[in-house]
Amino acid sequence: MEGLTFDLAKTGLRELNQYLHGSAESLAGKEVLVTNPDGAHNIAVGCNAPVKVTIDGHAGYYAGGMNQLAEITIHGSASTGVAENMMSGKVHVKGFASNGAGASAHGGLLVIDGDAGLRCGISLKGADIVVGGSVGSFSGFMAQAGRMVVCGNAGDALGDSLYEAVIYVKGTIASLGADARLEEMTDADLTGLGELLQQAGLDHDPASFKRVASARSLYHWNADANQEY
Amino acid sequence: MCGIVGLLLKKPQLRSQLGELMVPMLIGMTERGPDSAGLAVFTDPLAETERKISVYSGLTDEGAQYDWAKLVGALNEALHLSAKLTVKGGNHAVITFTGAAAPVQAFVKAHSPKLHLLSAGRSIELYKDIGTPAEVAARYRFGQLTGSHLVGHTRMATESAVTPDRAHPFTAGEDFCLVHNGSLSNPNGIRRMLEPRGIHFETDNDTEAACRFLEWRLREGDTLENALQKGFEALDGFFTFLMGTPTELALIRDPFACKPAVVAETDDYVAIASEFRSLAHLPDVKHAKVFEPAPEEMYVWKV
Repeated sequence: MEGLTFDLAKTGLRELNQYLHGSAESLAGKEVLVTNPDGAHNIAVGCNAPVKVTIDGHAGYYAGGMNQLAEITIHGSASTGVAENMMSGKVHVKGFASNGAGASAHGGLLVIDGDAGLRCGISLKGADIVVGGSVGSFSGFMAQAGRMVVCGNAGDALGDSLYEAVIYVKGTIASLGADARLEEMTDADLTGLGELLQQAGLDHDPASFKRVASARSLYHWNADANQEY
Repeated sequence: MCGIVGLLLKKPQLRSQLGELMVPMLIGMTERGPDSAGLAVFTDPLAETERKISVYSGLTDEGAQYDWAKLVGALNEALHLSAKLTVKGGNHAVITFTGAAAPVQAFVKAHSPKLHLLSAGRSIELYKDIGTPAEVAARYRFGQLTGSHLVGHTRMATESAVTPDRAHPFTAGEDFCLVHNGSLSNPNGIRRMLEPRGIHFETDNDTEAACRFLEWRLREGDTLENALQKGFEALDGFFTFLMGTPTELALIRDPFACKPAVVAETDDYVAIASEFRSLAHLPDVKHAKVFEPAPEEMYVWKV
């Protein structure tokens, strides 16, 4: 594998991102190390090739946003909107993540070893998110598709106005949002969750998780309910 | 937007580096707040009978050429004081004297109504002005500041005009200041509640309402923790507040955590900023405990 280092203390972020936006053929299999990220915004945003990116330190807003195909690892924390709108590939945060992690991500896998802030997986559209720690309030808000796994606890209003995404929580849930409900874990849930935990490198018993999904009572207008849902 | 920064040095031998460590923190928040900047620095307190006031001359006709010596001469003669003057350059002076602050503040305002009183107390000195953080830091030589802790702010105005008196930090009473990232939705309600109690407002800024509310609670005898709890109940909107007293730095975030904050703590310091990029230069930050303060929690760090 070919390696290349971008030291953001010496090189501009734009140079890094323009390199990462090269053709998929030229980048396939390459490994890129980013040193001294120092909380810069937009690191490795818009990747579109099977390249490995290692960020050695804390990343600022939107790290790995819109990712396709790349495998991005952050050896530190990630600020607001890590892997937002990811399409495929993987983003792995070794530390904690701030608000809106994985917001509206369509595909791929986001792993956060530490805690995630508020609104984790808001409007999730098909990606998988695995959080080793806890998530803040309003996580999974209006999540449409995909799975979110919380190995710690969940804050208030978890899964408010959920569509077809499914949330698995091992710890406590401060409160469920409107139309979110606890459901029985099926065999398919146990198998799928076991695979996800394995991909994330986390050792938990799938049977110790609770399943949160939509009661689907907000899906249709109910004239008899006098506009009270 | 707006950026907030705070730095508390745990070891007295580091206090000579307070300003030097802080300037890159403030400049790091330029993109979040390019229109004004300011900070409050807390030094060793004066004797119990002494007070100091920070005064801003940028709104007077003379501006940076304001005749401070003449003001202090007149002050000493009128109130029989022997006040000392420290001119910090660029529109700013600190006047130190024995006795209560209120008569001195009243004299200053009567003598030159366009002077702006920035702060009063035994420990606090305050600087704020319009301009980029780098410009303001250079104008007032922030790099040379010494002290135990400070609270700083870079402003991108949304709720009131870009003027020096609407820049942060805001102060109320003595030895209390507050900086704010966010916007309040009920500052006028807070004003209407406080004004009949004799509390005077100097600007139309939403942050001033929060500052005066919390200082009012402290003056009524609340502990900082109790005052902040009442703040959660009374103040509506988005906020990360960072506050300073002579012995504490305190931080709270609204329940939705709409505005960011990150903390880095080592054996030497506690550093707070809106974003990590303002902390990246700090010594040994790679080994610091870095965390994001939770919403609706109170964080109080003691000197």
